[in-house]
Amino acid sequence: MNIKYIKANLGFGLLRLCALIVGVIIFAILYDIASKGVGKITWEFLFSMPKNGMTEGGIFPAIIGTIFVTAITALLAIPLGMGCAIYLNEYANDNIITRLIRMSIRNLSGVPSIVYGLFGVVLFVQAMRLGTSVISSGFTLGLMTLPWTVTASEEALKNVPNSYRQGALALGATKWQAIRTNVLPYAVGGMLTGTILGLARAAGETAPILFTGVAFYLPFLPKSLSSQFMALPYHLYIMSTQHHSINQVRPIAYGTALVLVVLVFVMNLFAVILRYRLRKFKRD
Amino acid sequence: MRDSLVKSDLVKIKVENLNFYYTGVKVLKNITIEIKKNLVTGIIGPSGCGKSTFLRTLNRMNDVVLGAKAEGKILIDGKNIYALDVDVVAIRRKVGMVFQKSNPFPKSIFDNVAYGLRINGIKDKNYITQKIEKSLQDAALWKEVKDRLNKSAFDLSGGQQQRLCIARALAVEPQVLLMDEPASALDPTATAKIEELIQRLKEKYTIVIVTHNMQQAARISDHTAFFMQGVIIEHGLTKKIFTKPVNKITEDYITGRFG
Amino acid sequence: MRFKEKVIHSFFFLNGVLVVIILLGIFALLVFTSIPAFKEIRLSQFFFSGIWNPDAYVKPAYGIVSMLVSTFLITFGSLVIAIPLGIGTAAYLSDLASPRVREIAKPIVEILAGIPSVVIGFLGIVVVGPVIAKIFGLHNGLNALNGSVLLAIMALPTIISLSEDALKSVPKSFEQASLALGATHWQTLIKVKIPAAFSGIIAACMLGMGRAVGETMTVLMATGCAPAMPQSFLDSVRTFSSTIAIELGEVPYNTTHYYALFAVGLVLFIITFMINMASDIILHQYRKVTK
Repeated sequence: MNIKYIKANLGFGLLRLCALIVGVIIFAILYDIASKGVGKITWEFLFSMPKNGMTEGGIFPAIIGTIFVTAITALLAIPLGMGCAIYLNEYANDNIITRLIRMSIRNLSGVPSIVYGLFGVVLFVQAMRLGTSVISSGFTLGLMTLPWTVTASEEALKNVPNSYRQGALALGATKWQAIRTNVLPYAVGGMLTGTILGLARAAGETAPILFTGVAFYLPFLPKSLSSQFMALPYHLYIMSTQHHSINQVRPIAYGTALVLVVLVFVMNLFAVILRYRLRKFKRD
Repeated sequence: MRDSLVKSDLVKIKVENLNFYYTGVKVLKNITIEIKKNLVTGIIGPSGCGKSTFLRTLNRMNDVVLGAKAEGKILIDGKNIYALDVDVVAIRRKVGMVFQKSNPFPKSIFDNVAYGLRINGIKDKNYITQKIEKSLQDAALWKEVKDRLNKSAFDLSGGQQQRLCIARALAVEPQVLLMDEPASALDPTATAKIEELIQRLKEKYTIVIVTHNMQQAARISDHTAFFMQGVIIEHGLTKKIFTKPVNKITEDYITGRFG
Repeated sequence: MRFKEKVIHSFFFLNGVLVVIILLGIFALLVFTSIPAFKEIRLSQFFFSGIWNPDAYVKPAYGIVSMLVSTFLITFGSLVIAIPLGIGTAAYLSDLASPRVREIAKPIVEILAGIPSVVIGFLGIVVVGPVIAKIFGLHNGLNALNGSVLLAIMALPTIISLSEDALKSVPKSFEQASLALGATHWQTLIKVKIPAAFSGIIAACMLGMGRAVGETMTVLMATGCAPAMPQSFLDSVRTFSSTIAIELGEVPYNTTHYYALFAVGLVLFIITFMINMASDIILHQYRKVTK
């Protein structure tokens, strides 16, 4: 008679188990990296150059390189992403071109990162003669980030009540005036939040920069947009697979992994705090 | 005095054979009506009858809606606002609008009223300050807010917010004021204040007001138009519509037999 | 004034269209860079041969079948792990978890989504690999199974959050009707809610699959990358993406080998494109139904 309930309990137990496994996986990942990486984190590790064939020393050029290339990514992805979102949310009618744009965005976000790398090699490195450089890598990552920034920015624009637009138009504002003075100021925070989340993902990407500018080892910092650069994710890749004495440099790999994960988290956290503060500000 | 105004013959807005479509569906059918200057014209009718849509054709706010299309003419001071060479923005400056739900912007009280001036390119600070005081006075809000102009507009009560929106509309010096159920979300005291205000505003402005509240229409409007299913059933002096309606449907509606 | 407005409108329009141009541009560049490869490689060899050996001195071979098999082998493996785990977790979050647990779980799943793939790949080498080697008594644990486990971990956030959305958007009235008929909570979940959310869940799994097929760094690091036809999950495999990642850095520009790698990229692009389109269509149908 109670078989119905026994089944239900078993079933729910199974669901709980699934959730528990996922939780354990996430915890294990974070714990492993944090516990084995934290011992490596010193001022010297963060702020000095690699030494002795990268078996000693720090990861300073990789940190700087990642920050540098992410800044260029932002430079490309933020304006283009916001512009596209403004078009879609404020100007576009529901016609075939709009649907085509939306379809393209969804598909671009599914294009494998290595394919963006190929595209970057042909377009930026070769056709545009930018060479293997920070700028080629930054642009490649920028294109990859674009669909995420568009989606996030559009979401932020959607959250601005229509009455702000209508109110402005009814007072004789032109469409652009209404957008510029009465929509964007309230959306820009949300747009930035979403964009930072996208940039955090770009900062951790390796495949798109593999052939567009990242370097194995450079004993100096990138000097200009056309220099090659070191980057944290690639450094981790090298340290864990390509180095001549892999076991010796394992602590460095763990330290690099921890720094990379922390960097991505800090960017995420920054975005979340920004969102929270903007919300509070709006209520005032 | 009221009778003399009612007899005013100056036509401010003339609507001729207006048809209006939303994505192919005809929502206004062959509307022809004259709206007199410095009078309050009330628009009444059951919900979905097209009264708000009609109001929004008068400043072309419907242009914003996808799939909207107008046929026919609306002449304001003799000029067709649906003519091809018309600047929509200029029309909206001339024809102000107050919405059903008060929609102050998330700015200070001062900046709300200044918004319309600033987007019209006015930068003279003295002028803006004076204009804001004047508009707030005209909207009967000045006394209540003069000490906190830099506070957020969201701190005001519902009725104050709506009067702020009226002040905001007045600041750009429109000639016509469209009001879409401006008191529907307000309590009786706040409603009374808005109605009083409307009576004073008509000395300077031509007012068209949509309302679902029959008593309100009877109280504040000089002319009343009764809309149903996108058609004007009856239009004339308010007194006449409410006491001796010509049309049986009008009578049924006014006496509350449907609604 | 009106002219200025038109200029601004056109500016944003072009900005919007740029996205379409980028997608078409990626496709076009891949196609045009691939074409020269087929001056020397026969199409039949490319698509039907299992041997990929571009460096052979006498007779280089360019067959993608082993990569295709490898890619789908580890994708299949990852889905076998990720789909039940993901849907189970999603069902737990939508039906069992208290609001507080849900509040905490959401950012935690997002954290998992935020971990860079290279870090997951690293853990594949230092944690998952040794475990697999020990269990199966292998020399090393860098094989298809390792890749599948890692890709499953990476696909989980997508599957969990989209499936949870799908389950949540099942109308409450369905659930109440079922409970009112005397069904248990569990029966309602299995017989009413999951079927009602089915296409949403399928779309979520397809998106997870699309990510797995195109993922580069984890498979590059954790699967051993031997360019041969895999016989089992314990064999080393080499996917489309890892082939490109390994070889593109070493070939001179504009050689047959270089063009052939772009042809591999094109195949990968088309496969992921089709998976994404399919999930898109399923999701679209599903939205229509729930509306």
